[in-house]
Amino acid sequence: MVTSSSLVYLIGLPLFGSLFLLLMGRKADKWGHLLATAMSAGSFALGLAHFFAMTDRPTEERALTQVLFSWIKVGDFNVDAALLLDQLSISFVLLITGVGTLIHIYSISYMATDPNRRRFFAYLNLFVASMLLLVLGNSYLNLYVGWEGVGLASYLLIGFWNQKPAYATASKKAFVMNRVGDMGLSFAIMIAFATMGTVSFEGVKESVERAGTPALTAMGIMLLIAAAGKSAQFPLQAWLGDAMAGPTPVSALIHAATMVTAGVYLIVRSNFVFDAAPTAQLMVVIVGAITLIFGAVIGMAKDDIKKALAASTMSQIGYMILASGLGPAGYAYAIMHLLTHGFFKASMFLGAGSVMHGMNDEVNMRKYGGLRKFMPITFITFGLGYLAILGVPPFAGFYSKDMIIETALNAGGAKGIILGSLTLIGAAITAFYMTRVMLLTFTGKPRWDENAHPHESPALMWIPMVILSIGSVTSGLLLYRNDTFKNWLAPLFHDHAHHEELVPPIVVSALALTMVAIGVAIALMKYHFKEVAPVAPEDVSWATRFVRNDLGQDSLNETLFMKPGQAITRGLVAMDETVIDGAVRGVGSMAIESGSTLRRTQTGYVRAYAALIFVGALALLTAIWVVTQ
Amino acid sequence: MNPYNYLYLAALLFTIGAVGVVVRRNAIVVFMCIELMLNAANLTLVTFSRLNGNLNGQVVAFFTMVVAACEVVVGLAIIVAIYRSRRSASIDDASLLKR
Repeated sequence: MVTSSSLVYLIGLPLFGSLFLLLMGRKADKWGHLLATAMSAGSFALGLAHFFAMTDRPTEERALTQVLFSWIKVGDFNVDAALLLDQLSISFVLLITGVGTLIHIYSISYMATDPNRRRFFAYLNLFVASMLLLVLGNSYLNLYVGWEGVGLASYLLIGFWNQKPAYATASKKAFVMNRVGDMGLSFAIMIAFATMGTVSFEGVKESVERAGTPALTAMGIMLLIAAAGKSAQFPLQAWLGDAMAGPTPVSALIHAATMVTAGVYLIVRSNFVFDAAPTAQLMVVIVGAITLIFGAVIGMAKDDIKKALAASTMSQIGYMILASGLGPAGYAYAIMHLLTHGFFKASMFLGAGSVMHGMNDEVNMRKYGGLRKFMPITFITFGLGYLAILGVPPFAGFYSKDMIIETALNAGGAKGIILGSLTLIGAAITAFYMTRVMLLTFTGKPRWDENAHPHESPALMWIPMVILSIGSVTSGLLLYRNDTFKNWLAPLFHDHAHHEELVPPIVVSALALTMVAIGVAIALMKYHFKEVAPVAPEDVSWATRFVRNDLGQDSLNETLFMKPGQAITRGLVAMDETVIDGAVRGVGSMAIESGSTLRRTQTGYVRAYAALIFVGALALLTAIWVVTQ
Repeated sequence: MNPYNYLYLAALLFTIGAVGVVVRRNAIVVFMCIELMLNAANLTLVTFSRLNGNLNGQVVAFFTMVVAACEVVVGLAIIVAIYRSRRSASIDDASLLKR
């Protein structure tokens, strides 16, 4: 393995930016955002340099490592704080720093009027550093540090406007639900340590043979729980919608393009575990399939533009998780969809931010309408992202999503048919709700509030949107052409099986496009040829009500976990107050009571004391007399 | 004469002294009752000395007299001091320890 000494600067630059800005305080308010953007851009430049150097090296020498220091050294067990940059990591590094830098630039303008803009950029840099550590760590333990770091950054940024109690609650909700997933990751690390005695990716990969299927299945399931928590997958999906409380650039960077895809990274990185544990792999597929439908269905009923996009993110990550559960055939496509999704979803989120910017931070799409004329650049960039997510050729989503649908169909047997039809139905629903977002926002009659004066956003905001939308147009073709991306990642996976092509790609594309056309047609019927009410209609079926209510995810969590948890807490508090505090207070009051009782014997009269002495002496003598008799 | 009669007398004197200490309020009387008890003890010691046929008891009686003399000196001084400060020789008035 080739060593390198410059990997640490990838993380070091944004980490320095973050700490520096936090420590400098208000003094850095004037130029803090520029420093943070420069740090992120520097990291991106370094990443690009590494990428080009990597493409020049032969395949087997592409991975780079750097040992920073010996972290844990106990007997035979040795964990280094070490970084690993291979074909998978570099894909993420470029996505994180590239999209990250664009969003830094966007935020300069978006957060211009916020008095805490410096703190915002410090957190953004902290996020970039943590996310880079997550994808660069060479062991599960190093990954875990980054994993927690992004969780912290996510919490801080969701609750950035924590003066609003609802936003503070949303950040807490995200943090707590992420903890559930993190517990899975820590259990997975423990299982790896207990059964294989190592936690590095390399070590676990080599020990998979002798670990035994039960341990690997357990580890796989724990990794899946971790991925579900971080990537908002079923059953830990409820936090993502509320996470939209954060500023829109945060939603674009953390809750669309990068952090929420960390679960996909974890599963693809642990491919050796899942390849050896078919049960866990099957569960990955099931979770992905459920979430892709779940998210899409929620997306249909959302009037909040950011929440609609969040539901869409959940659904798209469902596609990725599903692909990564299909084994070596799907890993590359999961990551490919992750990259293209990073572009088009970030582009659409920034578009949503731009719309909100022009509409006095209104998020209700029913209060939009006809914005196309007023925000032409936003409309075009958002529209390109929309075409990409729908999977219209030749936009990015066409390649990445169709490859996932194709791989799902080619899984064979009933599994292939079920997964294939679910992904196709998902595509139709996606087409429906994304068209709905487009129609409600950009076309039709204006349904604005009276004081709304929509206008195009400044250049600092639309330039990143344009660059991202170029990415969402071209990235799919670039990665797909000649199987470039598949071959790029191929050395990481053990793909020995021959994949049969059960359904020809052209049929898959035709099927997918038909489904998309159906979705678009229904949306057109409902929202283009009919008048849209500026308030959500109340006389709707129970099904719509149920979907508007996020398919009951919150009430389910409340009844199953929150209420029993609160009951247990209340019980423990009551027990603490009665039993533990009672015992302590009882000892105290017993001492007081006995003291005040005994105090009465102390009269202060000498005669009384003398009498007592006589009585005592008499009693003693009597006792001696009785005993000696 | 039966030497046990001296013991009965001593017990009687001791009891009178003890009761006097407990029931009387006048410090001087209490003081005298203490003397009475000491002398009852002396009488007992001398009686036992006679009964046992050695002088140990009589020697201890002398010690008691010395202690009693010292006690009279200190005790009377205290009583006079209290009387001067409180204008009263009642021992119940000097009950400041209660508070």
